[in-house]
Amino acid sequence: MDLLAQQLINGLFIGSVYGLFAVGYTLVFGVLDMLNLAHAAVFTLGGLIALWLVETAGLSLWLAFPGAVLACGVLGLILDRVAFAPLRRRADSNFSGLISSIAMAIIFESAALGLFGARTVRFPVHTLSVHIWRWGGISITSLQVEIVAVAIFLMVVLTQFLNRARAGKAIRAVAENDLTARLLGIHVDGIIAFTFFISSALGGAAGILFGLYFDSLSPDMGRSIELKGLAVIILGGMGSIPGAIIGGLAFGLSEVLTVAITGTSNLRDAVAFTVLFAVLILRPAGIFGRKKMREA
Amino acid sequence: MDALNQFFAIYGSLVNFMGINALLALSLYLTLSAGQLSLGSAAFAAIGGYTAGILTMKFGVPFLLSIAAGSIFSGMVGLVIGLPVLRLRGVFLAIATLSFGEVVRIVVLNLDITGGAQGLVGIPNFTTTWGIYLTLAVAGYGIARLRHSRAGWCFESIREDETAASAMGINTTYYKTLAFTLGAILAGLAGGLYAHLNYIITPREFGFSFAVDLLIYNIVGGIRIWYGPVLGAFLLTALPEILRGTGVAAGPMRMAANGLILLLVILFLPNGLVSIFTRNRKPPAGISPVSVAEEV
Repeated sequence: MDLLAQQLINGLFIGSVYGLFAVGYTLVFGVLDMLNLAHAAVFTLGGLIALWLVETAGLSLWLAFPGAVLACGVLGLILDRVAFAPLRRRADSNFSGLISSIAMAIIFESAALGLFGARTVRFPVHTLSVHIWRWGGISITSLQVEIVAVAIFLMVVLTQFLNRARAGKAIRAVAENDLTARLLGIHVDGIIAFTFFISSALGGAAGILFGLYFDSLSPDMGRSIELKGLAVIILGGMGSIPGAIIGGLAFGLSEVLTVAITGTSNLRDAVAFTVLFAVLILRPAGIFGRKKMREA
Repeated sequence: MDALNQFFAIYGSLVNFMGINALLALSLYLTLSAGQLSLGSAAFAAIGGYTAGILTMKFGVPFLLSIAAGSIFSGMVGLVIGLPVLRLRGVFLAIATLSFGEVVRIVVLNLDITGGAQGLVGIPNFTTTWGIYLTLAVAGYGIARLRHSRAGWCFESIREDETAASAMGINTTYYKTLAFTLGAILAGLAGGLYAHLNYIITPREFGFSFAVDLLIYNIVGGIRIWYGPVLGAFLLTALPEILRGTGVAAGPMRMAANGLILLLVILFLPNGLVSIFTRNRKPPAGISPVSVAEEV
């Protein structure tokens, strides 16, 4: 029983990182109706840049985190300018955007490889002091709590921002209908660039948390989360922020539960992707049905 | 003759892989020509390759029979998967086929008969270079002929506008499934040839990144005509060697060059490399306003 509870808690922790990654993913999809396959590469660079700031520049993690997140936001701006903006008025922009984002993913990944090497690296031991709390058979580390706290904080800020702030409302308007938004005097291209900034910043933040949680960072770590992120945003309904958060948690839980029930990790991803396949066929709009599908 | 032998001693395996990749690119082209974006070709290649490899190795089935069986089995799976999945459109179809691919990869990873993560080792080496290129020639000829058949025109009209095609009385489900199944058959065939070329196949080779590679071959080559994907596959498979020849070192730089080429093609040659050759020719009959005016 304790083991199961422990697994569930672990699932929540990793699920919150998936959720954070997926929120950025789904934000761009909601606004542009385009998949940004370079999101995983930004995720990787986020972790590696934070590590570089901690290790080489000697910053504390509390400074390195926002620094790396900002750097990832700038990567998002570059991504938009280079890979998406030139294609925006083309008839096949859905398709070509997919390909150009793959191209940017390759370029980002090669940059990660060139700048940081192919090794698996980790944050220095004393980056964060880690306490371990135990209740009965269950243990929770302060690192896990901090990860969830940061993830939830960022998701709450984002939701409030989209609902309340002027720029957030503009993002939702562009997501709803960019032509109407333009007619209403919204600077659509600027808003899209801004969306990329937020999306990539969140992706980078997820990368840092992921690197801290698993205590390892490598240039290809984005590969493992890329498909899961896709699965999460489909589960939650493309473009839906709450869907992405809940989808992320559900995905994290399904992973650990599969391991707990089958006793091996072999089938972990198979269950998740079978569920994804079934959801796509039975309910393509995702769990957060049709009505919320267009929500930014 | 000596020079040719020497060329083959050095580049023989590259030439073989160029042919196999061209076949796989064509299998995806079949699906794309009906406007359906599938990322499942790699999985169908895995199904064909493993089926053929297992038949030859463990049951002593003759080579030709076993690759035919692999191809047919892959086609059957394609039919079964295609029917429900092809109701989805665009990105959703891509993700559904992608998750199918992941499930196939994980199943192969966990079965005993496929050799698990180690892969299927010791497949007899029956595939020859002329065999590959004969298959490629036949497949290319078949696809070129298909283009002007009734099915080819139906594929074309579904790609241009599915709703309109359906309104014209085209059974879109039938033709979409046909394109998907033909693609699966060809991918299975290529997978069988690949298995008998390489002594060993592992689940890793048929993952997401390979599915994306096949898509890239198509886009870079151009999907307006059948030799586009072949050209793309030839060029991009040989690109690492070409880059080595021009002195670009292995590792990050070569990867970056790969990404950059992809980006430049998608930004500046939306119809792929073949559009360089066809750009100045007259557009196909019935499309340009001039030809319409003449007919009137």
